[in-house]
Amino acid sequence: MTQSYDAIVIGGGHNGLTCAAYLAKAGRKVLVLERRYLVGGAAVTEEKFPGFKFTVCSYVVSLLRPEVIRELELAKHGLQVMPLDSYWVPKEDGDQLAMYADPAALREEVRRHSKRDAEMIPKYNQMMYHIANAVKPILGYVPPNPASPGLRGARTLSEFGKHLQSLDKKTFHQLSKIMTMSADDFLAEWVETDVIRALMGINGIIGTKLGVKSPGTAYVLLHHYMGELDGAFTAWGAQRGGTGGVSDAIASAAKSYGAEIRCNASVERVLVKNGRAVGVVLEGGEEIYAKTIASGADPYVTFRKLLDAKDLPDDLVSAIDKFKFRGSSGKVNLALDTAPKFSAMTDPAFLRGMMEICPSVDYVEQAYDDAKYGAFSKRPYVDVDIPTMIDPTMAPPGKHVMSCFVQYASYNMPEYGDRDQQRDAFGNAVIDTLSEFMPNLKDIILHKQVLTPWDIEQEIGLTEGNIFGGELTLDQLFFFRPAAGWADYRTPIRNYYQCGSGVHPGGGITSGPGRLGAMEILRDGN
Amino acid sequence: MPRQTPFHSRTNALCESQNWVEWSGFFSAQTYEMDHIHEYNAIRLGAGLFDVSPLFKYFIRGRDAVALMNRVITRDASKCGVGQIFYTAWCDDEGKIIDDGTVARLGDDFFRMTAATPTLCWLQDNAFGMEVEIEEVTDAYGALALQGPTSRDLLQQLTDADLSSLKYFRMLETKLAGVPVNISRNGYTGDLGYEIFAEPGQCEKVWDALIETGVAYKLMPAGMVALDMVRIEAGMLLLDADFHSASTAMFEVEKTSPYELGLGWMVNLKKDHFVGQGALRRENARGPATCTVGLEIDVLALEKVFVQNSMPLQLPYQSWVDTLPVYSDSDQRDHIGRATSGTWSPVMKKYVVIGRVKPQYAKIGTQVYVEQTVEARRYAVPATVVKMPFFDPPRKRG
Ligand SMILES: Cc1cc2nc3c(=O)[nH]c(=O)nc-3n(C[C@H](O)[C@H](O)[C@H](O)COP(=O)(O)OP(=O)(O)OC[C@H]3O[C@@H](n4cnc5c(N)ncnc54)[C@H](O)[C@@H]3O)c2cc1C
Repeated sequence: MTQSYDAIVIGGGHNGLTCAAYLAKAGRKVLVLERRYLVGGAAVTEEKFPGFKFTVCSYVVSLLRPEVIRELELAKHGLQVMPLDSYWVPKEDGDQLAMYADPAALREEVRRHSKRDAEMIPKYNQMMYHIANAVKPILGYVPPNPASPGLRGARTLSEFGKHLQSLDKKTFHQLSKIMTMSADDFLAEWVETDVIRALMGINGIIGTKLGVKSPGTAYVLLHHYMGELDGAFTAWGAQRGGTGGVSDAIASAAKSYGAEIRCNASVERVLVKNGRAVGVVLEGGEEIYAKTIASGADPYVTFRKLLDAKDLPDDLVSAIDKFKFRGSSGKVNLALDTAPKFSAMTDPAFLRGMMEICPSVDYVEQAYDDAKYGAFSKRPYVDVDIPTMIDPTMAPPGKHVMSCFVQYASYNMPEYGDRDQQRDAFGNAVIDTLSEFMPNLKDIILHKQVLTPWDIEQEIGLTEGNIFGGELTLDQLFFFRPAAGWADYRTPIRNYYQCGSGVHPGGGITSGPGRLGAMEILRDGN
Repeated sequence: MPRQTPFHSRTNALCESQNWVEWSGFFSAQTYEMDHIHEYNAIRLGAGLFDVSPLFKYFIRGRDAVALMNRVITRDASKCGVGQIFYTAWCDDEGKIIDDGTVARLGDDFFRMTAATPTLCWLQDNAFGMEVEIEEVTDAYGALALQGPTSRDLLQQLTDADLSSLKYFRMLETKLAGVPVNISRNGYTGDLGYEIFAEPGQCEKVWDALIETGVAYKLMPAGMVALDMVRIEAGMLLLDADFHSASTAMFEVEKTSPYELGLGWMVNLKKDHFVGQGALRRENARGPATCTVGLEIDVLALEKVFVQNSMPLQLPYQSWVDTLPVYSDSDQRDHIGRATSGTWSPVMKKYVVIGRVKPQYAKIGTQVYVEQTVEARRYAVPATVVKMPFFDPPRKRG
């Protein structure tokens, strides 16, 4: 069978689907090829055990670009995100911290821990919003090549400069600090309560193999201030049916514009003729031709697996080989017989929000220390979400699913034996840690799914299991993502484009790379 | 969930409407009856009793107490005598207002400060290097506001202190129904009135005595809906309505200075350095960008608009807080400012509005136009700049 398309998108992750939707909407004949039996990539829901649906990898939504929601009419296609009410942290002394979304409730709870912090947190938020507001427009820019920006790049840089100039002097100083400091040092200038600092600092280390005290992590705090939900800054929410629902909504939009989606279709190689991409070869040998090929896979797959190194300039090959993946997060998904009980929790309403195992700054930094040299944290940071507290679609009535995002783990953990043993040891450490705070947990577990970074790579295809398709640190963002000179969604191969989280604005459920990638493809007249 | 003030057992029993809102972490009654109008009338005719315990309260004590107050507030704290109270603003470095409140001098080196927003941190940070002790006492005192023409006579029944000699913005320590209290003569209603501070364990006793004796003085417990009407009549500004705190405002354009808020009289540029002084000095020299004014809506013109729509005149039954455009012309071409809160005043039979306009339109008697929506259509209704406070009875100070 040989069939020809205007465009082939490799990978049915949410970014690949987004790219396909925009191309199809612009009238292109588009085919999405997904390796797995279903679309979604790291934004996927699977019924791993009868009646229990797991939001297998990602679990909460905030960074999804509002323009994508509008332009692809995602609400019509099933996007339904319910905001989370609170972040709840059990402390080791039996006390708790509840960071409410409601500002009045938040102020009162923080006052219980520190009156100073109750005043400082709104000021901290004010400062962060100011910076985020000035920096946020870059989420919508195509990164220029700073060495030779060209006309459009120069305009982008000057516009960006203008945004930065809009910051007053004090805020500008804060921006400089945020670019260089560790998350914890930066937060310590504002917040005195240890457990609050621990919780706030977490945003700086998600998806990176760095600790809250590692320099450079402060910037990632800012990244989280760029999210929004229904216009509310930084608010996170849960998609009905798990984050697979987001991918399904985008897939449905893409199909409504005429895109074709083929699952169980793993691309082995991109066909290159005279420096130009002309099609793909699937595992099994089938060849499919198209004028344009876009890869929604991560940079390692995009450049090193799907192409031959001889087709690429040396410096790009070496930049991709140096690009930091080193997955540091794992996931444990549990099916539960009843709702769990946290011993420190005073109000079961907190179960509807997020529960965070990060009782102190030292706890979180210790978790990093354990994993720094390879291995996993003996007592890890865990981000717990029980979507079934509000969503009736994911488990039989009365039963629950619990999503546990875990840091830190390592890609190779040979000291624990083979891959199966590594997974078991990791899963047990997570469940043991959770049991310290939820004494009834082990009695109510019906089924479990444990994913180490290696498993994430095997299942989802993310290299070394990095959840963001490459760490989100300053040296790997904007015009460095994935490599200087190749951050504008193009590649050295003509008509071969990038549209996954390995390009700006990066990882997370954002649809940003997918949309911007599609825009560039269309701009080139492809 | 909000907490209960020390008066909650009593306010809850009387709160027929069960119409509660959150105020600084506490339950606060919007109205006691289903409708606010009796409460409003009680304040202007007899007396209203408000639970104002949620106000943030601080004690500032020590050798440098005056120095700290002077560093923070815009007025000259050294001029505040013992037993006296200042209404004052405090600003950030840019001279933008953070909050307003009262500063009471309890002793030579002892002040009590009330604020609408948490201020502990701000005081602590400004106290760097000073010999001063700052204590938050929000929970250590319940507070009541007893406001209205009969408030003095009512209060006098319950205390031995001679209230006729207690002047406006002064206070005294005494016993009320046997309970030690601090009584100050000030309030947020523009009427004769008092604020009463008592320790939490004794609060119910104070409340009971006031309510019981109050029957003869036409006292009613009153909620925030009635309070907002009377504070607008009194020309008093409300945080997050007529202005925003510079320390939490998300955008630069939301910040205002005391000069812009008509509070220039409380900025003492001559005293030693205080936070924001430099910026305020510069602003004073060049003049503020906007001026807060009282506006009186031309009700006859408003009536015409209703008649055009085949309706009888409708007046706001309670106060509103909003941001309505203000124009210099009826064609709504020249935008000159905003109206931030307003109410029909049953006691004055006037529709009064607080707003901010460009300085050239701030002169008493100037005619401007305030946007009003009638039957989903927008109209620019004439209004006149008038003196604030709108309602200023001699008994307030007398
Ligand atoms: C455990 C975990 C938790 C996370 N939690 C959150 C969260 O809560 N909130 C959030 O916003 N983000 C979260 N993230 C990050 C977020 O999920 C990802 O950044 C995002 O989903 C990536 O989308 P993508 O489309 O760029 O790539 P992917 O989702 O990785 O999609 C790439 C797709 O390409 C396919 N593919 C790869 N190679 C081939 C090939 N050769 N042929 C055909 N198909 C191929 C893959 O199967 C995959 O479906 C999490 C990620 C992980 C792993």
